[in-house]
Amino acid sequence: MTDVRLPDSLIQSLGDQLTPVRRLPPPWLRTLGWLSVVAAIAVLLMMHYGIGHMLHRWAAEPDIAIAGTGAVITAVCAAWAAFALGVPGRSWRWIGLPLPGLLLWVGASGLGCMNDWLGPTAHIAKFNEASDCLIFIVSLSVPLSALMIWLLRRACPLRPALAAMMVGLASAAASAALLEICHAFAVAATDLLTHALAVAIVVLVNAAMGGRLLQPALK
Amino acid sequence: MIATLTTPRSIGLDSVLPLWARTFPIVSDASAPTADVQERERAAWMAAAQGGDRRAYERVLAASVPLIRMAARRQGVHIDQLDDVVQETLLTVHRVRHTYDPSRSYDAWLSALATRRAIDALRSHGRRSHREVHDEQAYDMHPDIDDATAATEREQEARRLRDAIASLPPGQREAVEQLGLKERSLAEASVQTGRQAGALKVNLHRAMKSLRNRFHGEP
Repeated sequence: MTDVRLPDSLIQSLGDQLTPVRRLPPPWLRTLGWLSVVAAIAVLLMMHYGIGHMLHRWAAEPDIAIAGTGAVITAVCAAWAAFALGVPGRSWRWIGLPLPGLLLWVGASGLGCMNDWLGPTAHIAKFNEASDCLIFIVSLSVPLSALMIWLLRRACPLRPALAAMMVGLASAAASAALLEICHAFAVAATDLLTHALAVAIVVLVNAAMGGRLLQPALK
Repeated sequence: MIATLTTPRSIGLDSVLPLWARTFPIVSDASAPTADVQERERAAWMAAAQGGDRRAYERVLAASVPLIRMAARRQGVHIDQLDDVVQETLLTVHRVRHTYDPSRSYDAWLSALATRRAIDALRSHGRRSHREVHDEQAYDMHPDIDDATAATEREQEARRLRDAIASLPPGQREAVEQLGLKERSLAEASVQTGRQAGALKVNLHRAMKSLRNRFHGEP
């Protein structure tokens, strides 16, 4: 009888506390919400730096444009994956969604790096310039990650470490894409490594800390 | 009620292809139309519960109990621990009910929560067993001098109970003190603490579960 009585009593108690709830919007809509903040930052950067310089660089080195597109696709897909992982019952396979964008981003960046080695006529990054990229990506990733974690805390990620990793990847990719607007030099080995380092830092910090931050509903 | 956990409608990135997903029924097993109807019924009840329909909520929670038990058994939870998993899952369902999307499988959503709670229970039980093996050995090996008397044993048990109650989270401790130790009615305790009667009952449930777990892990 205990088996029946305990849940029945609890069900009655939970019924006592029932209030109408506002449903969580679907992951694609939440992704759009986050991306609108990224887009607003992009508009501000474009207003400040203008788009002429960026278009000139893209015309001179198309691989930069491809890498930038890869970063944007990675950011969109990783954000979508993070919000999908926030809903119980959704598959963990969502983590594969950003992979094609990531491959495009890394592949095009690497290709640009090789071109610069073969014909190093462009202005390539010195160490201090590359470290500016690191600071830009990491510092912009912090508010973008914080915003997404805050949004995800209303959901219930049952695999918080994976979700946090997607948060980190989305934030770092969005920051790297935004960096393209004000990037002053060609992608070279130092710069590529710095970008990779920045992305790795953001993803790892999110995976280490975000997991704990993402589970208020499961405490 | 015959209720079975059915194969989740989605195993991959089905949100990307909503039209494709809608073409398929919620339950993939065409030989089980009754289960299909029951799952749709549970989904409809939960949708109504999100809007504040208490009767639908109590129905869906009651119908969820066998599904939770089944999910827990699948994870290898011992039969003695099943009630704990059921309680924890029901409480989690209550907290995250806004994350359920009525256009998707209720069973897949519930199963994900129940599986997570079952894993939590297994981990918690593993840690407790590890500690208690040593406690029991120490108890058996301890020379039987003063504490052999019944009075001393009772005193020790009372102290253990007091310590256990003191270590509960504030809300749970308050519920045990008000409803258990001071034997106040729900209404009196509610007035005394300023908490809702339902919240007090839930806190008492959780407190009793913690205390049972602490004392020999018995259900």
